[in-house]
Amino acid sequence: MTLVYVELAEGKIKKSSLEALNYAHKLGEEVIAIAIGEAEDASLAQAGKYGAVKIIHVPILAFENNEYACILAAAAQEIGVKYTIFSNTYTGKAIAPRLAVKLDASIISGVTELPQSDGFKKGVFSGKAFAFVNSTKAIHVITLTPNSFALEVLGEEVAVETRTYAIESTTPKTKSLDKIKAGGKIPLTEAELVVSAGRGMKGPENWGMIEELAELLGAATACSKPVSDMHWRPHTEHVGQTGITIKPNLYIAVGISGAIQHLAGISSSKVIVAINKDAEAPVFKIADYGIVGDAFEVLPRIIEAAKNLKRS
Amino acid sequence: MKILVCLSVVPDTTTKISFTDSDTKFNSAGVTWIMNPYDEMALTRALELTELHSGTVTSITVGSVETEAVIRKALAVGATDAIRINAAPTDAMQVALEIAAYAKTENYDLIFTGRESIDYNGGLVAGLIGELLKIPSINVVTKIELNGSVAKLERDIDGGREVLESETPLVLSAQKEFSEPRIPNMRGIMAARAKPLKVIEPVASANTSFTKFEMPKEKQGVKMIAAEDAGALIGLLHEVAKVI
Ligand SMILES: Cc1cc2nc3c(=O)[nH]c(=O)nc-3n(C[C@H](O)[C@H](O)[C@H](O)COP(=O)(O)OP(=O)(O)OC[C@H]3O[C@@H](n4cnc5c(N)ncnc54)[C@H](O)[C@@H]3O)c2cc1C
Ligand SMILES: Nc1ncnc2c1ncn2[C@@H]1O[C@H](COP(=O)(O)O)[C@@H](O)[C@H]1O
Repeated sequence: MTLVYVELAEGKIKKSSLEALNYAHKLGEEVIAIAIGEAEDASLAQAGKYGAVKIIHVPILAFENNEYACILAAAAQEIGVKYTIFSNTYTGKAIAPRLAVKLDASIISGVTELPQSDGFKKGVFSGKAFAFVNSTKAIHVITLTPNSFALEVLGEEVAVETRTYAIESTTPKTKSLDKIKAGGKIPLTEAELVVSAGRGMKGPENWGMIEELAELLGAATACSKPVSDMHWRPHTEHVGQTGITIKPNLYIAVGISGAIQHLAGISSSKVIVAINKDAEAPVFKIADYGIVGDAFEVLPRIIEAAKNLKRS
Repeated sequence: MKILVCLSVVPDTTTKISFTDSDTKFNSAGVTWIMNPYDEMALTRALELTELHSGTVTSITVGSVETEAVIRKALAVGATDAIRINAAPTDAMQVALEIAAYAKTENYDLIFTGRESIDYNGGLVAGLIGELLKIPSINVVTKIELNGSVAKLERDIDGGREVLESETPLVLSAQKEFSEPRIPNMRGIMAARAKPLKVIEPVASANTSFTKFEMPKEKQGVKMIAAEDAGALIGLLHEVAKVI
């Protein structure tokens, strides 16, 4: 059996979790989903469409990683799992390692493909390479990199089983005092489309165009390291070897030179667009589409075309 | 107050990655090794906290003798002492088991790791140690302040930020903004030579292994679009690449 921990956002199953359900289904074992937190049955029942035969709903509210790990361990033991699948998000990585210890399982994070004879494939060196990992344990805890899997509808809606688990833990609890939402935008790690910009934008006051293009495309925004170091943009947007590694379908790099540390974090993107005034910029070596030109002249043309596409 | 900082030693960020032995081993020839950048932030914050509240900072590394040059850097910026567990690190579970086994005997108030190592990017060690020691684990932390045995923290969460509180002992993983790394000075470097670097033998083993490595697929080549015609990009992304 496979247990999939399903993350919720505004009461709905997150897309990265639907991917995890699809992935779990293709591992071949029967899939049971589990969601913790507030959600309507109608939303949870969707888990069936993506591969689950059942979804367990535990309606407790606040996130506490140790408590969540206790619940998942109880569920996993009851079901008798071979795999437990998480999304490779901050939430997933907060719970997954604690669960692995509780289940005496192996843990592999950042998996990008179904296992082959060489084991599970995962990104290493922040995307500069991939590794295949084998495990000697009977139970495996896996965190799946978002956007690694094209979503497929595989079945019908399923029943939701609402229940509780006794939490027996000797670990003291952490207490959440406040949560600050990052402007209602798409989290970068899960974004399918990303518009990113570097020092070529000259200053934070020029990010209007970047945000406008992102908004038109429904993309998240990102930036290079110096841009976040200078506080032109928040550190949560910094991609690269010492920032976030992402795997979107589209990455548009504006005024980014393409240093090895930057490319590490974005080279797994399916389609890369580079816009740079220097034809020799290394970013063009990994780009699928390139435009040599001044961002301040090029971007308005692209924004115009994006508006036209949206209208049609 | 006693703080333990988990230091991993990783290839310099400019390293061109390659593999040997039919792509089964990382090619370390000519690689410059550095302290994992997030671990460096963890170390600096640990030093700041002991300067404010007094106490000691111990660094711990699971690694071979080659890691000692980098460990000395931790001593040079101010760590009190250092531990090296004499084993090649293979997976996060092994590293966590080693560190937890050592930490159990020492009663640390705080254990810091980096958000992830920039080589194997697991981001798991803090959570594993937390569960092994039955203490709270908090990942991607950008800020910590201490008030007696209560820590007030801020951390990145998916789509935002959370402010939270926890009793010590606890383990956390450091995210950017945690601190600004320090540069060792001559006095620190001299002093580091006299500081204790204890080597202990491993007790745990890994339960996963790398069977093979692979490089990302080469790009087909770039299709250039004239700047004057930049708007055409949108059509290409929509109709040819089909990503928007
Ligand atoms: C230890 C370490 C870790 C690092 N980690 C990371 C990391 O994780 N992520 C990261 O991004 N970097 C990282 N770096 C930094 C990296 O080496 C580069 O310095 C950085 O990526 C450069 O950022 P940039 O491309 O925005 O700026 P620059 O290299 O200054 O490039 C700006 C580009 O904009 C172009 N440009 C200028 N004006 C215009 C215009 N009007 N229109 C169009 N194009 C224009 C220029 O031709 C140039 O190519 C790291 C460095 C170190 C030492
Ligand atoms: N070999 C090691 N020795 C000591 N600490 C380590 C080692 N490997 C990883 N860590 C710690 O665990 C964190 C996360 O590592 P990883 O799980 O490899 O991404 C690092 O930032 C270090 O703080």
